[in-house]
Amino acid sequence: MNPGKMLAAILSLSVVLGMFVMTGRSAAQVAPAPGTEPAKVEAPAASAAEAKKPDPGAAPAQFTQGLLEQIGGAKVAMDTMWTLIAGVLVFFMNLGFASVESGLCRAKNTVTIMAKNFIVFAASSVAFLVLGWGLMFGDGNSFFGTQGLWFVGGADNSPAMGDAYKGVYSSINWTGVPLWTKFFFQLVFAGTAATIVSGAVAERIRFGAFYIFSFLMVGLIYPITGHWIWGGGWAAKLGMFDFAGSTVVHSVGGWAALAGAIALGPRIGKYSKDGKVLPLPGHSIALATLGVFVLWFGWFGFNPGSTMAADAGAIGRIAVATNTAAAAAAIAASITAWLLLGKPDLTMILNGALAGLVAITAPCAFVSVPSSLVIGLIAGVLVVLSVLFFDKIKVDDPVGAISVHLVCGVFGTLSVGLFAQDVFTPNTTGNGLFFGGGAGLLMAQFAGVAGVGLFVFVVSLIFWKILASTMGIRVSSEEEIEGLDIGEHGNIAYPDFVSMATRGSSLMSSSVAAEATSAVRARELSKGTI
Amino acid sequence: MKMVEAIVKPFKLDEVKEALTKAGVQGMTVEEVKGFGRQKGHTELYRGAEYSVDFLPKVKIQIIVPDDKAATVVQAITDAARTGKIGDGKIFVSTVEEVIRIRTGEKGPDAI
Repeated sequence: MNPGKMLAAILSLSVVLGMFVMTGRSAAQVAPAPGTEPAKVEAPAASAAEAKKPDPGAAPAQFTQGLLEQIGGAKVAMDTMWTLIAGVLVFFMNLGFASVESGLCRAKNTVTIMAKNFIVFAASSVAFLVLGWGLMFGDGNSFFGTQGLWFVGGADNSPAMGDAYKGVYSSINWTGVPLWTKFFFQLVFAGTAATIVSGAVAERIRFGAFYIFSFLMVGLIYPITGHWIWGGGWAAKLGMFDFAGSTVVHSVGGWAALAGAIALGPRIGKYSKDGKVLPLPGHSIALATLGVFVLWFGWFGFNPGSTMAADAGAIGRIAVATNTAAAAAAIAASITAWLLLGKPDLTMILNGALAGLVAITAPCAFVSVPSSLVIGLIAGVLVVLSVLFFDKIKVDDPVGAISVHLVCGVFGTLSVGLFAQDVFTPNTTGNGLFFGGGAGLLMAQFAGVAGVGLFVFVVSLIFWKILASTMGIRVSSEEEIEGLDIGEHGNIAYPDFVSMATRGSSLMSSSVAAEATSAVRARELSKGTI
Repeated sequence: MKMVEAIVKPFKLDEVKEALTKAGVQGMTVEEVKGFGRQKGHTELYRGAEYSVDFLPKVKIQIIVPDDKAATVVQAITDAARTGKIGDGKIFVSTVEEVIRIRTGEKGPDAI
């Protein structure tokens, strides 16, 4: 990229940062303190029961078991409905992942990618039910739960909260919804982490290997690290905050994906012998775009739903922060791709939106909406650079999963330490570095990111290596060239179309992508590199 | 009997088909192909990886005609398929040894 373009990019970013500095601080001061809204609902009920006029000077009513009975459990009902609806939105994200991944990969692998994204949710559902929930949220030590491990069977008196809660899943007693609602909501998050891995290992992973890894992921890896941050473990004790899971879900998935991509090696034909990066274009950008829209849609359950309460003061703001980050990141990615690559590559823009969503996932409850704009802008630039970087170091990631989820997951988690403002969720994060809180929060975020990263990457790599030496994780080169749909599943995704792989020259309606693939393959075949 | 193979721009297919039908041709086979002649391609980027767009989409039409009709048919195709711009395509005429109609077993010019 020439110096002129670089200057333009730096100037634009500086202008935006300057805007943020000027508006962000004033916006912070007008943010409403949450906690006042519930009092408006509860005070009339309390005063009706006591037949007294409400004292305007009294402190807002605290939610207690007694109040719960007084208002007839209406708060619990609202909280439960919201949490469940949000959970269903997150469930729907599995369709988003399946669509993005298969859209960005070749047609001959469509069945296997759909199969991975489908079975991973089934595996996650069972693994999290059997053991994952207990390891993550059960009372235990700083590293994993030890009580109520199996089948969500521990003693529990949800929706009782705080001191009124008497069960073994104390780490999640801050939300006033029943146990299965908590479980369902947390389950769909676990499923998201597992499905992230599918993208980076696509087009050469054996279905069976991924199948088994998914159980290990959701049964062991995800819940253990989740316990550290959401289960009352060491990271939580250090003061690390991750509201909806930039680290717990996205970077965990990202680290496991990175380990998988490294263990597998790159796809045949991706990197030439003389070090050139060759394109293996996806077969359906339309499907990929649909997938990203579905993910963006589902994220409105992911982030605002993580309040696990119908908290009117917070969920709208969190939804807007989520959307703003996604939009800003998509824009930043489009400009970055335009400047660096000459044209606004849609696949990069799609990755950009996802990058913003991942990055805002940790901070969404703790930062202002203008902050979310800045976080999104940075994530959008970061993801494009990251995609190019991983190809440079020959880590083949067909869909950009590592760049989106790992890199921006880490960035999002750290941005809590920068942009958090106590006023949004009082007495949790405090203020971040940019708002006068010092570096303490940022240090805690670093510690959590590093600890999770080390554990997940190493354990995942060990699991992948064990699977590789026992059952094998990579398909044969013949199968990889023919396409995994037939080799792994005996299915053909588009039987009416003649595949590139089975016929040398194209009988398909030509597209730039098909041309590129055939040109590349023809070159490689004649050079003898495949 | 002659085989006339014409490689033309895809959007010209309908026009060529009309022209051939007018010229009395009763059947044809069509393939979607890719190719280039002296026309150069260009390079593009996909997620930062460079590839060259050399091969361009074309359509290949194959017809069999009696010897005396070959010249008329070639002219019909040329007139219909020409745009005057680079990449209009080529026509190849070759001799066919035998033609058989599968349904009836007819051979030779009767089978065309």
